[in-house]
Amino acid sequence: MNKQVTHIGIAALVLLAALIVGTTYWQTWANAGLANRQDNEIQLVAQFTIKRGKVYASDGRTLLATNVTKKVGGQTLYFRRYPTGPLFSDVVGYSTQSRNRTGLEQSYNDFLTGSNANLDTVFRSTLDKLKGTTVTGNDLVLTIRPEAQALALRLLRGKCGAVVALDPRTGRVLVMATSPTYNPNLVEKRFGLATRTNLPCGAPLLNRATAGKYPPGSTFKMVTAAAALDTGRFTPDSPFYDPGYCEEYGKRVRNAGNPEAPETFGNVNLSTGFEHSINSVFCNVGKTLGAGVVLDYAKRFGFYSLPPLETPEGERVASGLYDRGRLFDPKHPDTQVDPGRLAFGQERLAVTPLQMAMVAATIGNHGATMRPQLIERVISPSGKTITHLKPDQLGQPIKRQTAEELTRMMQLVVTGGTGTAAQIPGISVAGKTGTAEVGRGNIHTTWFAAFAPANAPRVAIAVVVENQLNGFGGTISAPIAKQVMEALLR
Amino acid sequence: MRNRELAFLIVVGVLTAIGFASVYIARQDVVSTASLTYAGFFFALYIAAHLVTRYAVPFADPYLLPIAALLTAMGLTEIYRLRPGDAFRQAIWIVVAVALFAATLLLLRRDYRRLETYKYLFGFTAIGLLLLPILPVIGLTVNGARLWVHFGSLRFQPGELAKIMLIVFLAGYMREKREVLAQGRLKDWGPLLVIWLLAILVLLETRDLGGGLLYFGIFLAMLYVATARIAYVAVGLGLFLIGAVGVWKVTPHVQDRVTIWLHPWTVHKVYCPLSGGPALRQNCQSFQLVKSLYSIGNGQFGGTGLGKGTFATTSGAPIIPDLNTDFIYSALAQELGLIGVAALLLVYMIFVLRGMRIALLAQDGFSKLAAAGLTFGFALQTFIIVGGILRLIPLTGITLPFVSYGGSSVVANFLLLAGLLLISNRANREALR
Repeated sequence: MNKQVTHIGIAALVLLAALIVGTTYWQTWANAGLANRQDNEIQLVAQFTIKRGKVYASDGRTLLATNVTKKVGGQTLYFRRYPTGPLFSDVVGYSTQSRNRTGLEQSYNDFLTGSNANLDTVFRSTLDKLKGTTVTGNDLVLTIRPEAQALALRLLRGKCGAVVALDPRTGRVLVMATSPTYNPNLVEKRFGLATRTNLPCGAPLLNRATAGKYPPGSTFKMVTAAAALDTGRFTPDSPFYDPGYCEEYGKRVRNAGNPEAPETFGNVNLSTGFEHSINSVFCNVGKTLGAGVVLDYAKRFGFYSLPPLETPEGERVASGLYDRGRLFDPKHPDTQVDPGRLAFGQERLAVTPLQMAMVAATIGNHGATMRPQLIERVISPSGKTITHLKPDQLGQPIKRQTAEELTRMMQLVVTGGTGTAAQIPGISVAGKTGTAEVGRGNIHTTWFAAFAPANAPRVAIAVVVENQLNGFGGTISAPIAKQVMEALLR
Repeated sequence: MRNRELAFLIVVGVLTAIGFASVYIARQDVVSTASLTYAGFFFALYIAAHLVTRYAVPFADPYLLPIAALLTAMGLTEIYRLRPGDAFRQAIWIVVAVALFAATLLLLRRDYRRLETYKYLFGFTAIGLLLLPILPVIGLTVNGARLWVHFGSLRFQPGELAKIMLIVFLAGYMREKREVLAQGRLKDWGPLLVIWLLAILVLLETRDLGGGLLYFGIFLAMLYVATARIAYVAVGLGLFLIGAVGVWKVTPHVQDRVTIWLHPWTVHKVYCPLSGGPALRQNCQSFQLVKSLYSIGNGQFGGTGLGKGTFATTSGAPIIPDLNTDFIYSALAQELGLIGVAALLLVYMIFVLRGMRIALLAQDGFSKLAAAGLTFGFALQTFIIVGGILRLIPLTGITLPFVSYGGSSVVANFLLLAGLLLISNRANREALR
């Protein structure tokens, strides 16, 4: 009998050994696969056991995102709270359980949860895990100036649109406001309320500054004029005759204003044409240069590529020609694109406020484009700076001389042209208005792009406001740009 | 020998204190310093049990009682961490179980072998107990299996006790009939077929796959020990497979279990019998198995630490139902990690080794068969529940010996322990003589 007892003893031990093998399989080999399963609630909860880093505005004091703790099942969980509510929601985004993440909460999740690959953070997080203490993420300090941001949002109240302000010398984003906006604190439990808006344009979750596609109107003349001067084909003094319209494909395209009595300027030069935003002048510039050259310069300014920024890719769009909702890069621009309409910002152009702010900033920064950046510093919980902003030049789309000639032309716009509403006492402002027809009566998308002080700019700005009845860039957007610039230069 | 037992019990007592202390440290806001009194009380209880063994079975194996203490301590600590209220009830059941353990030792200390005389009584009582849950009024269905009886709020799983009684019956019966059984004449196959039919019937009536497998596994192992005929085991397994396939064909509950086992995750939505609509299977029938695997996976190598595992969603709802009974292994696997549960399984293996050693040392057939049957049943039960959780076999609800929350289980396992100690005591005493 003893032999049989030994046999069943071995069988019993084999069964138990199989359990050790099985457990080893699930806890080592299969572990990563299990963790990545979508219905793995443990992983979901685990994200909330991390004390996410805080987010501050540029002053390092204004708290944009922080945590509230909740005890659940004996665990301390950290949930996001946004003290400034809707003020920064489109940049900071949200981090919730039911809706996942957007904005910097998404793209900087690694830093905020302390899982970024910096040696210092890796060491600290591992130590935290081994000790069993709460993992604490890194804090972010943004470049955005809270008082100017609040002002911009106040000026946009009741309107749909966006304000983007950059420091042309470094690319720091000083203001990024969009309207309508939403309260990120409501996203988790009252999503319906968070996304409700009284404004007809809707879509409060859309960051219009980086993902709003607007017809640029005459602000695109900055690009056309840059191409005209930079190629050497024109100078600011090149003469034009304005009959009040421009011949294109045998049809007359009238200047802006009342179609019954178009403004007619007669003999002018390029500089005057820019100052008063005369469409016929730019129509002729476009026809001379050809659509290919104008588009080429647009690309140098950053059109046709996603504007570089730290927010998630899905929250940014490229500027350029759009055909049936898709970015359209013509193979044969001289036959596929109307050069006259392109030159004064019509055709199928759609641009983001960020892109137009980059164009203004490039002209102000002597022709050099700086990478726009939102993150000033990343700070570890112990107060050590992990990374800090390093200004990065993306390119030099136009010559220094071109930039200076353009600056003088843009100053004329503010001193005596279409943008006089943007004058700031004691400071010279260079700007360009834009009024784009949206195809419905006298309803316009109004633009203003500018920088100041003109000779050594510290701020460049783009303001867009949607659907303004009888509104113009010079009357709606220029005053907003003026006030925000004043606040930033103070 | 008893001094060695005392030394190991002290080690276990210290481990228990450390376990409760770490739960207390990790969950100060939920549990109180009273948790530490659990450790003290627990230690006192086992010292009392030790004094009884010192008096009643002085020659018994010194490792089994400390192992049982360690396993119950691990279970109690984890139950305390999961639901402090349940731990109190479990502690009371442990007291009851230890009392019955002591009573059994004292009662049978002179000669337990007289139980053999009452083998048929045991056999019929076991069958009666197994069929008890089928009775109306007191029978209760939990999770699709009818395994419970209840008197008011007091619930009991009679199957746990029936298992022990069945082993006593089989040991007595086979000791008597082993020669004729080994000859393999057709008429001697009678008992085998009767038992097989009964196992299948119990399976059908209670829809308890795990129980059926356990009883039949024990029966085959003991039959093999008694007759030394491996062919019986093969035929028995074949019959069981045929029976299982038959049951699978006619019982939707069993079909469901097999589908969950083979395909717990689906990419597309399938019909969900729980909601009546389409759903991914991991969100429907197999969610318990799947969530338990997530819990095990989350433990990784070192575990999250006692009291630091995640068992509730952010809103506080439990992720895995029945965590402290059938699924206590996945809770332990998350908090103790591979190191911890591998150690736990090694402790089970040591228990099995000691049990088989007792069977080897025992002088008479009844003792040998009983010790082997009890030990093999202990191992097989562990395999059925943990193997089910680990997806080695279809999952069936059954308790993890000594560790799971549940009164009937604890009582039954302490009676099993008492049986092994009695057999061991006799074998060692005779060896010394």
